[in-house]
Amino acid sequence: MTDGTDLPAWAAILTALFVVAGAGLTLIGSLGLLRLGSFYQRLHAPTLGTTLGTGGILIGSMIFFSALGTRPVLHEILIAVFVTVTTPVTFILLVRATRQRGTDLPPPSPPEKNTKDLAH
Amino acid sequence: MSATILVWALVVAQTFLAIAMGCAAFRLLIGPRAQDRILGLDTLYVNAMLLLLTFGIRTGSTLYFEIALVIALLGFVATVALAKFLMRGEVIE
Amino acid sequence: MTRWLPYPLVSLALLVLWLLLNQSLGPGQFILGAALAVGGALALTALEPPNLRLRRPGAILELSFLVIADIVRSNVAVARIILGPRRPDETSGFMSIPLEMRAPYGLAALAIIITSTPGTLWVGFDSARGILTIHVLDLIDEASWIATIKQRYERRLMEIFE
Repeated sequence: MTDGTDLPAWAAILTALFVVAGAGLTLIGSLGLLRLGSFYQRLHAPTLGTTLGTGGILIGSMIFFSALGTRPVLHEILIAVFVTVTTPVTFILLVRATRQRGTDLPPPSPPEKNTKDLAH
Repeated sequence: MSATILVWALVVAQTFLAIAMGCAAFRLLIGPRAQDRILGLDTLYVNAMLLLLTFGIRTGSTLYFEIALVIALLGFVATVALAKFLMRGEVIE
Repeated sequence: MTRWLPYPLVSLALLVLWLLLNQSLGPGQFILGAALAVGGALALTALEPPNLRLRRPGAILELSFLVIADIVRSNVAVARIILGPRRPDETSGFMSIPLEMRAPYGLAALAIIITSTPGTLWVGFDSARGILTIHVLDLIDEASWIATIKQRYERRLMEIFE
């Protein structure tokens, strides 16, 4: 910890709150990866980390560096945008791969007809 | 005073993230099926990226931001390639 | 204008990305970013993406706030499910929703919204029949999920993209 001393108190407390909340939600999401029973249920768990978990830590980082440098630091938005846009792609591909391999759950009602749906 | 709060908050957050990485790594190891392992790897990447961001706050250096961005990019590409491999049996057709 | 800037929104996004990455608004970075913006958009023409028409920017803002509020709410709900007692597998499952929206960008935005709201997951969209399949972690009341997605998201996305 190098620069904590010249940080205003409100910024330090806000950063602490956001970072701990984000990390806590990420931890809950990863715990869900262990606790939930089937693969499709487990797919829901990491989205806690990719939405509010990432969001909380990025907001904390933005507050910290903005207060430290006395000018707005916004490049954390890039990570947020990137993670938000890419998570659906990875999950859709993973779901499609799982359904193609045959699953431990019965397939949903409109069956394998929609394998080339999300192309656009 | 406020600096101590921040230091402790970062220690707590990093502990949380380390445990979260452990959970994801456990899922990566035990499976049971290949898609579970890929999901574990993806979560591991996201958690590692968040851990790097907290290191950035701790040291006050923006260098960690760039590493986090690269990890996010690599994680996305790796997960997509692995999912594609599960689907087709090869990555580049 | 159309020759050098075939996709003005893409160019603008690339310029903003460059300036954010370099953390500066200096003239040198601005010129480099503009070159990237023009070059990137010209390279994109080779892929021939469908045309994007955005209407009602106010609705975009409204939808963003709505989605952020929903993300916070469903984060809490899913965290409660994870930390709660172990549940039987039957409480989660697939469901089908008929959609009227056909705009590709609208569907992409809906995929992002559904996936980034914990508890719901986009599985697939049958473009011939217009049926969307999602997986829901807490599938107790199927009708209320259909109403949520159609009323809250699809209606607003159709206002924006169609």
